[in-house]
Amino acid sequence: MAAYDVNGTTVEHDEEGYITNLSEWTKELADVISKAENVDMGEEHWAVVNFLRDYYEEYQIAPAVRVLIKSIKKSMGPEVGNNKYMYELFPYGPAKQACKIAGLPKPTGCV
Amino acid sequence: MSIVKKFLYVNRKAPYGTIYAQEALEVVLIGAAFDQDVSMAFLDDGVFQLTKGQDTKEAGLKNFSPTFRALGDYEVTKLYVEQESLDERGLTLDDLQDIQWEDEDDDYAEKPSIIVVSRAGMADVMADQDVVLSF
Repeated sequence: MAAYDVNGTTVEHDEEGYITNLSEWTKELADVISKAENVDMGEEHWAVVNFLRDYYEEYQIAPAVRVLIKSIKKSMGPEVGNNKYMYELFPYGPAKQACKIAGLPKPTGCV
Repeated sequence: MSIVKKFLYVNRKAPYGTIYAQEALEVVLIGAAFDQDVSMAFLDDGVFQLTKGQDTKEAGLKNFSPTFRALGDYEVTKLYVEQESLDERGLTLDDLQDIQWEDEDDDYAEKPSIIVVSRAGMADVMADQDVVLSF
């Protein structure tokens, strides 16, 4: 199985890059994954990642992209919580890509 | 204009003895993306799915009961629970999780999702659907 290398520690991931053991997530790992995804993590990227981790903690699911954007709009305002901006932050899909960086499973309902 | 159909997902099984309950919830979350009118029904041992304070640590299974509280985000806002099924198991509404949804058209007021109905009322709910899927 393929793995990420975080300062010499290996963290296994599946064929799409989602880590297999959710408890192995660290901020350092998020940096490694984001580099593999060609995402340059800024403050707003982290806000989305942290939001996803909180959502998973509370509801035990990674939200679908529609739900994610709606929730971000409510918590962070319409300037961030809209389709265009979210896809600028995460070009390969705000839910799919941000969940991967956040160390969560692929969102329910994504194919 | 697209045609909105009424889908009812009927849950009759206890949450952890089989995979049915968790799979049904997953199907509901996926189905909710298609802008249909989706609701869920809980009867027989299915009412146990909504009980609060579930602890699956000893069983080594994922406790998915918190996910029911996310249904409102997916615009699934009607969870019908059969009164007789609760009574037969010594349960009351107080034994169930407090599940709410936010009404965007009413200043995000939080409204209860669980609707307790009688057995006869449940039959009416089912008769009113376009599609009934049983798990």
